[in-house]
Amino acid sequence: MKRLLSIAQLALLAAAFPAAAALNVFACTPEWGALATELGGDRVSVYTATTALQDPHRIEARPSLIARARSADLVVCTGAELEIGWLPLVQAQSGNPKIRVGQPGYFEAAGHVPLLERPARIDRSMGDVHPGGNPHVHLDPHNIARIALALGERLAKLDPGETAYYSRRAKIFLDRWREATARWERDAAPLKGASLVVYHRNLTYLIHWLGMREAGSLEPKPGLPPTTAHLSELLASLRQNRARAIVRSAYNDPRAAEWLAERAAIPSIQVPFTVGGSDKAKDLFGLFDDTLARLLAVAQ
Amino acid sequence: MHCKTLCAMALAVAWCAPLPVRAQDAELGKIREEIRQLKDAYERRIQGLENRLAEAESRAGKAERSAARAETAVAQPGIPAGGENAFNPAISLILQGTAARSSQDPETYRISGFAPSGGEVAPASRGASLGESELVVTANIDPYFRGLLIAALTPENEVEVEEAFFQTLALGHGLTLKGGRFLSGIGYQNEVHQHFWDFQDAPLAYKAFLGGRQNDDGVQLKWVAPTELFIELGAELGRGRSFPSTARSRNAAGAWTLFAHVGGDIGTSTAWRAGLSHLRTSPRDRAFEDVDSLGNPVAQSFSGTSSLWIADFVLKWAPGGNSALTNFKLQGEYFRRSESGALTYDDSTQVVPQFGTPINAGYASRQSGWYLQGVYQFMPRWRFGYRYDRLNFGSVDNGIVANGLGPVGGDFPLLMAGHRPARNTLMFDWSPTEFSRIRLQLASDKSRFGLTDNQALIQYIFSLGAHGAHRF
Ligand SMILES: [Zn+2]
Repeated sequence: MKRLLSIAQLALLAAAFPAAAALNVFACTPEWGALATELGGDRVSVYTATTALQDPHRIEARPSLIARARSADLVVCTGAELEIGWLPLVQAQSGNPKIRVGQPGYFEAAGHVPLLERPARIDRSMGDVHPGGNPHVHLDPHNIARIALALGERLAKLDPGETAYYSRRAKIFLDRWREATARWERDAAPLKGASLVVYHRNLTYLIHWLGMREAGSLEPKPGLPPTTAHLSELLASLRQNRARAIVRSAYNDPRAAEWLAERAAIPSIQVPFTVGGSDKAKDLFGLFDDTLARLLAVAQ
Repeated sequence: MHCKTLCAMALAVAWCAPLPVRAQDAELGKIREEIRQLKDAYERRIQGLENRLAEAESRAGKAERSAARAETAVAQPGIPAGGENAFNPAISLILQGTAARSSQDPETYRISGFAPSGGEVAPASRGASLGESELVVTANIDPYFRGLLIAALTPENEVEVEEAFFQTLALGHGLTLKGGRFLSGIGYQNEVHQHFWDFQDAPLAYKAFLGGRQNDDGVQLKWVAPTELFIELGAELGRGRSFPSTARSRNAAGAWTLFAHVGGDIGTSTAWRAGLSHLRTSPRDRAFEDVDSLGNPVAQSFSGTSSLWIADFVLKWAPGGNSALTNFKLQGEYFRRSESGALTYDDSTQVVPQFGTPINAGYASRQSGWYLQGVYQFMPRWRFGYRYDRLNFGSVDNGIVANGLGPVGGDFPLLMAGHRPARNTLMFDWSPTEFSRIRLQLASDKSRFGLTDNQALIQYIFSLGAHGAHRF
């Protein structure tokens, strides 16, 4: 009976809506583009503003972004001031009131998860700190689940005739995601307690999720490029307390990491950081699969 | 069955979230509370998802609108609590200054062959000098408007309003209306704030044709087309308060502009923008000082119409579009101006004037200029750049000389010098962060007829406070 109803429902849906995308989604970074695709399916047309090879802190309000934002029904971004250097301009110049902050057409992922590393004091002498807390929230799958739920609701709100469609996709995704998360947590058991040197503090949520430790960052202060003086200090401390690996994102310059890896005699690895950051990171599942595989390869 | 899996998941998500290790005790409590709230909201929403599914299935596909209900319970731990200054505008401050040497005195700077613009176009003063300190205040006014003020504190201890405008937020359809005093959308560099320029000073074409830049009082309407290719059309109506116009008391606009910009990406590595702009004004008694062939002061003034066309392009390249490491920017603009009307020549202020009464006759000029500049960031923090400037004297029909009314070509050393000003500029800068920059700039400037001005300067630019967004 249930099945019959579902089939009838699908047939009705197909008749009512030929496969035209209902919502134009503008995703600031590839992880949110991938999530919107998972949740929106054929009913969304997703444009991703940046790639995994671009430093998300240094994006410019280039003309193509303004043109795409002009027709967007929903902008999906990280928030927590990660996009502060370009998004406000894109929002203002596109002349599209739907995507302004506070409107249903503006979705901030960081607003749906607890942020780590919220600075008690904000002063630029500490580097380009993220004043609202660490915005790089997507490398903890529990955060992805929270954000997926909220984003699914938002899609349904913007395309109200199709609530059932988005609910169903959200459920299918969350079921798969829960299974995958359990598998990742099982597989990643050997990583517990491992200490890593990072480039920028953009792996904090991953480290935190898997119970790893951060042994330092190549950046002397957030946002500043590595300096020889800082790397030498780091090298000295690594000789005291060995780290498992030096981990950098696909968009980071490999030179500093390799310099340190050679001298400290620890492996330097690259993680995709986001969807598209490696051949295997084709979607969110691939992103976590590949990230864990790369970490586990140096965990032994 | 749905309920089981979903509830299990809700629990998994909510309870498995570990607590931050490094947080202070007080903060820990706060975060715990947030997680608890989040868990509640999460469970409610999972329930909402479940309800919607059940409802949808029972109605066999009938659309329903209960989605919004669950939205109300969103916990937003990322958003800071309000307070007395929660509505304070974003404030930033720009500090800048130069230390300069030059072989010609900047006080006597002129661009031979081109009517003086009266703007701040001279090279940096010799020795150490403070640049303009800029105070930028901006915020949304209400859901419909945004406001911005840029006040410049000049080294002469004056306050100038550089920009003060409102801008609409909610017109929709790609439309934005701006009103007040603002940098005009013509050309490329005109709208770029001075502290974001890649060289310390403006291109010669901006100095000669716009007195530095077009910054008028008026309104601007802009429209962005709903296309993948960036297409922006704009028009401005202004008072025409400064060169090439003259401020007048009249019940009509003194200047209007039209501009169009197109842009896009080429692959992931290159972004570009190109534009065509037009500025039309009708100056009245636009006066300037010159000397006659004997070296005595004369006053000249122009009345008529002035029409300026600008073609501009900018291209930015970075490997894979990642500008953090290395990037290159190529920028060029071509200016063409034609003016026609009447010129007045007046030497009556001299003790023993040659003519004694103002002489007036027709005047027409067609002049042009361009610049091309490239800036390369060869490693993080370090950039160098080169700029070439050129102005073409073009053709000038001076009725006073042509009709033999008295003064000859030599009595118009500024307007009539058949000269092609040119300048070569080299720049090298270091930016420890995006909030600080120190620049070395060398230039060989042939703006003056028969003279070369060799300039060297060091400039600092610091920005404090709110993190402003950068224009493309
Ligand atoms: Zn960051």
